[in-house]
Amino acid sequence: MNSGCNMQFLQGNEACALGAIEAGVRFFGGYPITPATEIAEVMARELPKLGGVFVQFEDEIASIGAVIGASVAGTKAMTATSGPGFSLKQENLGYAIHVQIPCVVVNVMRGGPSTGLPTLPSQSDVMQARWGTHGDHPIIALAPYSVRECFDLTVRAVNLSERFRIPVIVLSDAIIGHVREKVVLPKREELTLVERKKPTVDPEDYKPFEDDGTGIPPMANLGEDYLFHITSNNYDDEGFPATNDHDIAGRRIKSLYNKIERYRDEIDDVDLFMVEDAEIIIVAYGSTARSARRAVMMAREEGIKAGLFRLKTIWPFPYDHLKAAAESANHLLLAEMNMSQLDSEVRSATHDLETKLHGLHQSNGMLITPYQIYDSLKGLV
Amino acid sequence: MNNKEYQVRLSGFGGQGIILAGIILGEAVSLYENRFAVQFQSYGPEARGGASRAEVVISDEEIDLLELIEPDVFLALSQQAFDKYIGDAHEKALVIVDPDYVTNAPLSSRKVFAVPVSRIAREQIGKTIVINMVALGALAAITGLVGIDALKKAVSARVPPGTEKINLKAVLAGYESAREMN
Amino acid sequence: MKRNSYKKYLRTHKLPHIWCPGCGHGIILGAALRAMDELELDPYKTVAVTAIGCSARTNAIMNCNTIQTTHGRSLTFASGIKMARPDLTVLLFVGDGDGAAIGGNHLIHAARRNVDLTTILLNNSIYGMTGGQYSPLTPYQKTASTSPYGNLEQDFDVCKLADAAGASYVARGIAHDPRHLSRLIRGGIEHKGFSFIEGISQCPTYYGRRNKFSSPLEIMRWVKERSVRVKPETYNFSQDMDGAIPVGLLSHRNLPEFTDEYRKLVEQLQKGDNA
Repeated sequence: MNSGCNMQFLQGNEACALGAIEAGVRFFGGYPITPATEIAEVMARELPKLGGVFVQFEDEIASIGAVIGASVAGTKAMTATSGPGFSLKQENLGYAIHVQIPCVVVNVMRGGPSTGLPTLPSQSDVMQARWGTHGDHPIIALAPYSVRECFDLTVRAVNLSERFRIPVIVLSDAIIGHVREKVVLPKREELTLVERKKPTVDPEDYKPFEDDGTGIPPMANLGEDYLFHITSNNYDDEGFPATNDHDIAGRRIKSLYNKIERYRDEIDDVDLFMVEDAEIIIVAYGSTARSARRAVMMAREEGIKAGLFRLKTIWPFPYDHLKAAAESANHLLLAEMNMSQLDSEVRSATHDLETKLHGLHQSNGMLITPYQIYDSLKGLV
Repeated sequence: MNNKEYQVRLSGFGGQGIILAGIILGEAVSLYENRFAVQFQSYGPEARGGASRAEVVISDEEIDLLELIEPDVFLALSQQAFDKYIGDAHEKALVIVDPDYVTNAPLSSRKVFAVPVSRIAREQIGKTIVINMVALGALAAITGLVGIDALKKAVSARVPPGTEKINLKAVLAGYESAREMN
Repeated sequence: MKRNSYKKYLRTHKLPHIWCPGCGHGIILGAALRAMDELELDPYKTVAVTAIGCSARTNAIMNCNTIQTTHGRSLTFASGIKMARPDLTVLLFVGDGDGAAIGGNHLIHAARRNVDLTTILLNNSIYGMTGGQYSPLTPYQKTASTSPYGNLEQDFDVCKLADAAGASYVARGIAHDPRHLSRLIRGGIEHKGFSFIEGISQCPTYYGRRNKFSSPLEIMRWVKERSVRVKPETYNFSQDMDGAIPVGLLSHRNLPEFTDEYRKLVEQLQKGDNA
């Protein structure tokens, strides 16, 4: 099992780990949890061979804490978990968003709440990925729908995280994480890798959080030419606490949002399948989108003009893309393995269109099958 | 069998190597016949010895079916697995059982192949651990879903180094015994 | 050593500090700064990690790399830093609630893993930043805002905990004797492995006032009078101290250090690949 070689029959979680390694991740903080554990197991085996560090920590909190520490020290770092662990990581995830430390958190979703359905598939952490940690904050979350995409979107997650100094969530699910299928992974030289932007100013002039005009402050690594301070409190451009200055506080939060909004063209990522002439468009992501693609083909064979709008980037939600795609359709069918978490996002994207929104939601630990979606499509004709 | 996608469910005791058999079947089809397969498995809290299953969908085209709907082929190497997983196998499904372990198989309208895979493993190979390989060989012969050459290549590539010979012998023993049955 | 030369490890433009008058934390920080100065630590290669609470206020005023993290989690961040960059010197300043309550599990496991970190626990027997609630190091029957009728819980011997968990250097000093504490901290930094130093501080504002100490000095004297110097050769953590506080280097052993072990693994695997 390795990247850059010919055809392989790989599991989604294995592809995710290989993607991380190819993207340059050299620190993995792990904690065992099904259905994500294979990612840690591959990292435990492969990272030390590459001089990277794998450590299994005492809990989910420690694993992300160490990941953030390693990232501040200049190493691309990642952790992987599932719902219960994702809940535990929220505190430090918020810290990393706040102090703008790149890292990747993979959540292989299973049914909740609590330990819920160990370990049946689900997509019910979509809103937790968006708003799981407290306070106003942006986030980036990507959803792979195939083994190959587990690789590709993990590489992309690492790149986006380094580029925008923000944690990126890979929202996989128990189906995609565990399914094995044939893949041909790209060779190393075919990949574009992003490295974090480093400061070039004189050390005495370095202000770790000063906007250099791009909205993304250059980041020094520990132990190099710059001294710096990081705080969990609201901070000024020099990185020191600024909790009594409302102007600085407001500006800081806005700057966190703006650095993402400003670069939506780099972050948004959707896949359109037969939507051009579609009268009914399915909105789906992850494993459900696989079923949806099949349902579209089944429907097309029957003469039903169906299409699929697939979210590869879930957060920030690609409102404009959805609106553009939905403009000429009569119906939208949102299919998710949850109790309709993205409903309000889809509504807000299409609120001034005539398109009617329907939902196909299932939260019982079972994949929504192509036949279920096909039946829903037929019901809309 | 014609050009649709085939849904295969392999089941048995945990510890019989059912999941490995599923992976090898998927690899044989997708890597050595250049067709398509997806494989998935049940992850329960079941301890070793409980019922275990692995599922494979096989097709000549890309597959978007990530969960088994209705098995076309159902293999059961234990009564518990048979009882637990036969449920949604459709009426025309091919059913392969080990008659030494699956003694109660009420299958009026289904076609049942009784292949004593554990006995073959024990008597012809001398190791019950290769029961999964015998079963794969038998499945290949009965269903024609995978060629024996591809299966042999996949087995050689996947099993621990040094055990290729005995595993290949087991696959062939299963294959031959099931061919004789036809 | 020039008098006050340790001040180069202070970001003097970030002073004054925000501790209450009479607080012991500044004394303990001073002891740590003197140890850093004696060892001539390169600020660029030194990282001080804190979390939340009064203990965390050591951080922004230190002139080296300083990282203030989430409550109780400083050891996890510090572990990641040290594992990614074993060449850096990593010091931690944690509090008694921070290090022994919310961060207690991380303390146990960082000690067990024997990562080369120097952890200084500033023990003022109270949650000061939030206004004086009892912590795992508030003694039995002492009063706090959340134990108004006296603390019903037994307090930790946090050094015994660290030792039992596998810390390879364990010491206790007191704010009343900063030179001694400084030597203990210096020993901890020099030691290769997980070093744990409890520094007994005082909180006159909350702990002192609620427990009928009339001044900061009175708390310091109370601690001083009960402290007994011990040596690692003769001290054992189970011995009955009859209310006395054992002070000094309590235990010291050479155990495989995590980042060393990891480096050896990497070398072995990479050699195997080349062969």
